[in-house]
Amino acid sequence: MGVFSLLCTLFVPLAGSLAVLLIDRNQGKAIRLTALAVSLVTFALSLLMLVSFDASSSAMQFVVNTSWIASIDAGFRVGVDGTSLLLVLLTTFVMPIALLTSFTSIKKQEKEYYMLLLLLQFGMTGVFMALDTFLFYVFWEVILIPMYFIIGIWGGKDRVYAAVKFFLYTLVGSLLMLLAIIWLGFYGDAAGVGFTTDLMKLRMVAPAIGIEAQTWLFLAFALAFCIKVPLFPLHTWLPDAHVQAPTAGSVILAAVLLKMGTYGLIRFNLELFPAASAAWAAPISILAVVGIVYGALVAMVQTDVKKLVAYSSVSHLGFVVLGIFSLTVEGIQGAVIQMVNHGLSTGMLFLCVGVLYERRHTREISEYGGVTSAMPRFAVFFAIAMFASVGLPGLNGFVGEYLTLLGAFRSPYLNSWWYAIVSASGVIFAAVYLLWMFQRVMFGKNDNPENHHLRDLTTSEYWQLAPLVVFIVWIGVYPHTFMRLSEQSVRAVVGHVMHHTSMSTPPSASVTPR
Amino acid sequence: MNYSALIPLFPLVGFIIVGLFGKRLASEKLVGSIASGAILASFVTAVMTFMDLLAMPADARSVIVPVYTWIATGSFSVDIAYQFDQLSILFTLIITGIGFLIHVYSIGYMHGDKSFPRFFAYLNLFVFMMLNLVLANNMLLTFLGWEGVGLASYLLIGFWYNRTFDGTNIVWTGDAAKKAFIVNRIGDFGVLLAMFMLFNTFGTLDYNAINAGAPIVWAKGALPVTIITLLLFLGCTGKSAQIPLGIWLPDAMAGPTPVSALIHAATMVTSGIFLIARTNVLFALSPDTMAVIVGVGITTALVAGTIGVVQNDIKKVLAYSTVSQLGFMFVALGVGAFTAGVFHVMTHAFFKALLFLGSGSVIHGMHEEQDIQKMGGLKKYMPITYKTFLIGTLAISGIPFLSGFFSKDEILWFAFLNGSPLLWGVGVLAAFTTAFYMWRLTHLTFLGNERFDHHHVHPHESPATMTIPLIVLAVLSVFGGLLGVPHVIGHVVHMPNLLEDWLAPVFAVGNGFLVPHVGDHTSTEWLLMAISTVVAISGIMLARSIYAGGNAKADALAKRFSALYKLLWNKYFVDEAYHLAIVGPIFAMSRDLMWKFVDIVIIDGFINGSARTVGAFAGTLRKIQSGVAQNYALMMMAGIVILVAVMVYPLLRP
Repeated sequence: MGVFSLLCTLFVPLAGSLAVLLIDRNQGKAIRLTALAVSLVTFALSLLMLVSFDASSSAMQFVVNTSWIASIDAGFRVGVDGTSLLLVLLTTFVMPIALLTSFTSIKKQEKEYYMLLLLLQFGMTGVFMALDTFLFYVFWEVILIPMYFIIGIWGGKDRVYAAVKFFLYTLVGSLLMLLAIIWLGFYGDAAGVGFTTDLMKLRMVAPAIGIEAQTWLFLAFALAFCIKVPLFPLHTWLPDAHVQAPTAGSVILAAVLLKMGTYGLIRFNLELFPAASAAWAAPISILAVVGIVYGALVAMVQTDVKKLVAYSSVSHLGFVVLGIFSLTVEGIQGAVIQMVNHGLSTGMLFLCVGVLYERRHTREISEYGGVTSAMPRFAVFFAIAMFASVGLPGLNGFVGEYLTLLGAFRSPYLNSWWYAIVSASGVIFAAVYLLWMFQRVMFGKNDNPENHHLRDLTTSEYWQLAPLVVFIVWIGVYPHTFMRLSEQSVRAVVGHVMHHTSMSTPPSASVTPR
Repeated sequence: MNYSALIPLFPLVGFIIVGLFGKRLASEKLVGSIASGAILASFVTAVMTFMDLLAMPADARSVIVPVYTWIATGSFSVDIAYQFDQLSILFTLIITGIGFLIHVYSIGYMHGDKSFPRFFAYLNLFVFMMLNLVLANNMLLTFLGWEGVGLASYLLIGFWYNRTFDGTNIVWTGDAAKKAFIVNRIGDFGVLLAMFMLFNTFGTLDYNAINAGAPIVWAKGALPVTIITLLLFLGCTGKSAQIPLGIWLPDAMAGPTPVSALIHAATMVTSGIFLIARTNVLFALSPDTMAVIVGVGITTALVAGTIGVVQNDIKKVLAYSTVSQLGFMFVALGVGAFTAGVFHVMTHAFFKALLFLGSGSVIHGMHEEQDIQKMGGLKKYMPITYKTFLIGTLAISGIPFLSGFFSKDEILWFAFLNGSPLLWGVGVLAAFTTAFYMWRLTHLTFLGNERFDHHHVHPHESPATMTIPLIVLAVLSVFGGLLGVPHVIGHVVHMPNLLEDWLAPVFAVGNGFLVPHVGDHTSTEWLLMAISTVVAISGIMLARSIYAGGNAKADALAKRFSALYKLLWNKYFVDEAYHLAIVGPIFAMSRDLMWKFVDIVIIDGFINGSARTVGAFAGTLRKIQSGVAQNYALMMMAGIVILVAVMVYPLLRP
């Protein structure tokens, strides 16, 4: 059943995308409902994976391994471990919400829009499932096209600039990754497994690559992924893309697309190049730490609420990268759960910004003020999203941030407290920029006549936000449900890195008085 | 004692019911009863737990009730688990007991507010978080409560989100709320780092394990323990409003008055004292940190006390008074008198809650007026409020045999004994300001001539839901001190120091690292007690003599010492200094350097520049594709010539 569920999760969106293509373009409602139904069915099917998933194993599960292009040993190889399962579920969970939020905001060329959105889902799911470097690369690039059009056609005023910037930025990174993939294929040949793109084979042989070559390969992959994350200073495409994208685009971008980068770092960089990962842990973590503080400070001075949230992503993703390159179980587990958290809470923040934008068609903070009095129900949801993002204990964000910081603090690879100390200041700044924004938008007197009669949440909006709250609280109060899924996979990765760097277990308790 | 885990659960259930269905319940009475009932249930359960503990032998009075594992990964594991012992149950009784009274009071105070259910939901949420803070068996759960009370405080300070509030750089109540949360976060940063260090050392965040392990790992005065305790203390200065993070508390008065009483006087702000008491072994191991705590505490006590002398907002006077009293508590902890610190937490909770609720009653009766210059003579309109307020004033001033007398004198005595005569002297000076500003407040509010506008303001006594809590608290303010009668008096009247005996096991290990005092100091203690009593009375008398004949004398004094007056009136310009030295530069750097320069000019400049370069290059190349056949032929010719040249050139060489 697991394999069935996995394949359905991957291909139903693609089939749905084709189905939308067949509907007459005047049948707007049919198009919308088809797309929504497809995404809901996909979500239900993806949950089936949970039933048969064995969390006590770190192995890839529900693996499908079919030959595809025999001459380069590229195969249709897919499967999930705990880490990818969480991200697949995040994707299938967020998509219906993103579709629902498009119902009111997308007015032109609906057919193409919904087709592209489902195609995007296909690509994203594929990225998280691929166990073959070539297949991975295909999915990775497949995503560019729908996202490019979603920003470029349905975006805001400067959508074309933002779309091109997004496209070129990511393309530059991925081309080097392609070179690295080919190099790895040849290396497979030299190492006696034949030219291959099979990730499982490569995972066994690649760590033996000499440190110099490994470094170049590491950097080629890392560049592609760090642009996607985005890691400082490769982040400037993000604010433009977010600001210009329609709400659903921003939600998907924040919730899922950025996670492809951090996921890639774990799946490829750590697993294929453990020695280089250890060697580069410090420099990359420094960039992550800079990003945490920098993103937060720049978010603080934004006047555009969407840009503010976009920069907050730079800061939050910094925690994820820091956690990953702490190369400790705590840090990477924190990073994985933080990926999910960021998807939920920042996704929700973008939805909230979308709610405001729908009503006022402006994102300028100064245009608002005292909105709570007109939209009290909305205020509750906005506040929850904000506090989740601030990292308040009891909500999801805290668990991830705390563990990534703890991992960084204890990491034998980073071997310095400063990473965690400086990053922890990001926790202060997060409160500054979000609370200040909230103050200016929601509190105070509602003295702009245009805001006097804003409509409170519609039923549709309510159902977009409420499911997110459930998980924001769930992860905050009982993260075990989610973290147990990835525990073994993460332990395996850390063990793998340790094995190839001859590093001992992190210096744990010197004394444990009980 | 598993049932004791219900203590924090009741307010949580109350929060959920009132928060989700409050609007639909429609009746204020119902909402108020559910919320108050939840706290009452907690209080009753707490009393039962207390009884159970009492029945145990003293050294067994610590029961841990695990609920479930909260976060566990790798080698990290933290439970949701509650610890019921002498310290936590004391705080729990204060929180739920006073919390219940304030809930009841709020039913009257918030009557008619359109967000009545929201208020009670927040109040329940606060109590839930506060109980997690004190009942936690590990630091991370305390931290949940620690930040959780910050959240509740934020929500309640900004409760009337569309009202303005007067403060430095503050326009709306929301600004004050935001300030409180952010300043607290700076402190939380310290707690977070301290937790990392503790986990690294002990592999756990359980209090018992940390307190037991610390003496094994660290010698007295070891650097790591000093760093850890300083970081923890940074958190305490945030939550408990001490220098340098105390600036948020006076602005927190933007919240409804019951909130000021419960959160910003009786309970939340004492979290810092709780945390130090809970980890007393760590602090006892670091004399340097203890010295810092004394320094910060005594400075705060004096600075806040002097500011309180000139303020005119009834709640702000009380707020500075709270800051000052918290300073006293830290002095106690810093000199190693943990019990005295906790004792003052308790008595202060009684009389300060009383005073705040009294001020709320006044504000209520005066139609939202808070300026004491526009009051006066309210005694005859609000007799119960007046009498209870008077009791509070006398208790906080340290008039003998009221609760504040015992706890404050205990602190001053230990400041002298373990500290120095100078420390004691400054403490007495701060106590003098307390007596002065409290009498000034009482006088300007209730006595003297009526300065309000009789046409618009018709003062009246508050309803029973408000006055009954006042009376209960007044009784506690009078007799509460008997729980901790100092030995020197106890010897004479044959009363044991109940609180000290009760808390002894909690502080036993910590006390072992402090310098024991030997010898008989009875006569000195009596003498000092007499002096501080005289000082308290003279503070009251001075205030009386200045304000008895109206404001003339006060105005003259303010004019004569105008520089000093301005300094105090503007709270030593601390807010302004922070803004100028920290907030402004960070903001400017973020906007002008990071965003507008690094992001836009450098990074985007580089990206767009390379894109333009490629574009320009392609543009030039494009011109070659002119479509004119002759040009192509020409270029072909040129190409052939070059190729030939390249091939022939080597042949030409000899």
